[in-house]
Amino acid sequence: MYSREELKSKAAGAATKKAALGQDVDLAQFETADVPHEYLQEEELRSLPDAEQKRLIMSGLDLTGKERGGTYFQKDTAVVHCSSKMEGVEVIPIKKALEEYDWIRDYYWKLISVDMDKYTASAETDLHNGYVIRCLPGQKSVYPIQACLYLDKEGLQQTVHNIIIAEEDSELHIITGCATSPHVKKGAHVGISEFFVKKNAKLSFTMIHNWAEDMVVRPRSAAQVEEGGLFLNNYICMKPVRTLQMYPTTYLVGDNAVARYYSIIVGSPGSEFDIGGRIFLKKPGTRAEIVARTISNGGRIIARGHLIGEVPDIKAHLECKGLLLKGGLIHAVPELEGHCDGVEMSHEAAVGKIAQEEISYLMSRGLTEDEATSTIVRGFLNVDIPGLPPQLRAEIDRAVEMSDKDVM
Amino acid sequence: MLLIEDLQVELAGNKILKHIDLEIKPGETHILFGPNGSGKTSLVMTIMGYPQYRVTGGRILFKGVDITGLPINERAALGIGMSYQRPPTIHGLKTRQMIDICSKKEIDVEEYAEMVNFRDFLDRDVNAGFSGGEIKRSELLQLLAQDPDLMLFDEPESGVDLENITLVGETIAMLLEKDIFHSDEKTIARQKRDRTKMGLIITHTGYIMDYVAADKGQVLFNGILSCSTNPREILNCISEMGYEECVRCTLEKN
Repeated sequence: MYSREELKSKAAGAATKKAALGQDVDLAQFETADVPHEYLQEEELRSLPDAEQKRLIMSGLDLTGKERGGTYFQKDTAVVHCSSKMEGVEVIPIKKALEEYDWIRDYYWKLISVDMDKYTASAETDLHNGYVIRCLPGQKSVYPIQACLYLDKEGLQQTVHNIIIAEEDSELHIITGCATSPHVKKGAHVGISEFFVKKNAKLSFTMIHNWAEDMVVRPRSAAQVEEGGLFLNNYICMKPVRTLQMYPTTYLVGDNAVARYYSIIVGSPGSEFDIGGRIFLKKPGTRAEIVARTISNGGRIIARGHLIGEVPDIKAHLECKGLLLKGGLIHAVPELEGHCDGVEMSHEAAVGKIAQEEISYLMSRGLTEDEATSTIVRGFLNVDIPGLPPQLRAEIDRAVEMSDKDVM
Repeated sequence: MLLIEDLQVELAGNKILKHIDLEIKPGETHILFGPNGSGKTSLVMTIMGYPQYRVTGGRILFKGVDITGLPINERAALGIGMSYQRPPTIHGLKTRQMIDICSKKEIDVEEYAEMVNFRDFLDRDVNAGFSGGEIKRSELLQLLAQDPDLMLFDEPESGVDLENITLVGETIAMLLEKDIFHSDEKTIARQKRDRTKMGLIITHTGYIMDYVAADKGQVLFNGILSCSTNPREILNCISEMGYEECVRCTLEKN
């Protein structure tokens, strides 16, 4: 059953409900009123101010559009651009989808409860917009679709709801950048994302975040993967943020479904991250992997991972590695739950410093101590992500490369 | 030339090298023998400049420069290189990138890797899951790329299977310019005179001497260089009488 009124009333009931994890944020300090921005054609995106373009490019946006199959660009509360260049891939603002398409009702708030906490509630009550990206059955997207949620207005709470659907036998790659204007200091981002990976479909979702120092970020996402499907979820955040908490959950509901999460986090002083993920393995032959690389140079990072094996013949692995470079805190919380015989689950967690032996080894090959250290840090952040298209690999490498100076 | 004078070294407060004197002339390769724990690795690590090996007396000169207090990378820049016995794994750094670091991007990585049959490993993380023999080939490839003038080899034949021992031996001979080849321009005598590369090779078995014509052997026993003579003679002596004989020699020497 779908009723907007029912959702609204549930949301109203949870308006002050604290989240299970992360520091509590008073959302009343942020504005939610609409901020109008003019709609731009694709070529006009390239006439945006240089500083703004730079922020967008850093978040993985290709403003030439050449290497991308479609674009969704939302500035504050307004959709500035939305288009698809690929047959079989639909990119639609969610407000439009809710007004015009019945099928959206099968997906909207189906994986996440609207009354989970005050952030989900706010996403219904104060919904600005968001994107629906749908790849039709059997379609393979050659180029990734890019989505950007940009914050330009000081003190705004941007609230979005995204739905991503990879229909049967399709292949869809999405890169999404969230960023703030260079002048923005304070703001909030509340984003709901629901992912549906159908039978034998493949979906990769790569998120690169560039926030401002005083940003509050509360994404809420969940995915459902059917038989033979693959969901690849990558998260990269190398820039300071006041507080970020997320705990994406994936349900592997079909035989042989696979989910993999990779995250790369750098925590600067004053930043607080509570990140993690949970994957339910509900059918035989399902596989799950959670890999996190965190570096703290003064920030606080809690890195969670929770794998739940409910049936026999599943395999799951969790790898959480942290490097403390200049103080701060890294708290690794790996959890494994095997509910029956025949599950195969493991985890590997380590928090530490760079080994002197590795620095010396590289120095004996000619590098200075500083060069050796940054080479090791770059290696630490260089995670192999199988199944990721080369353009997206390049974006991740670039994000890591560009933050090199901030890390050291 | 490497010149070590009255070198004394401590590791974690223990005296591990006692009044070492050693000279390796340009073109010379020395073999370093000694039982486990005698200080062989400590000696090469001290020459390379590992800071945990604290020099408490004496000095090390290389090419006329006093390098006793220099950091590792400056010694590397002067032309000292090392083939490690158990090098650390560097996660996320590909062997190909490591070769670029060694050569400062001045060589064709594929071509060099071919020389030690290592092309299949170039895109693997440095030393990650490498077998004993793979580690040695990786180390030799790094030295080939680095092209140092003084090469320190810590047990280059340990863990290497029979198939690869020839490859390892011949590569070291080439690195140290000990491979003799027919040339119309240069007589063998001229080739020998023109050698400049210096080597110090730690070995337990002496197999490496089947491939590399060493000039001198040294025995390190309990932190003391107790013997310095023809390496074959030392090997024969150790094989027949064991290192106990070295104790007697050491006692007599002091």
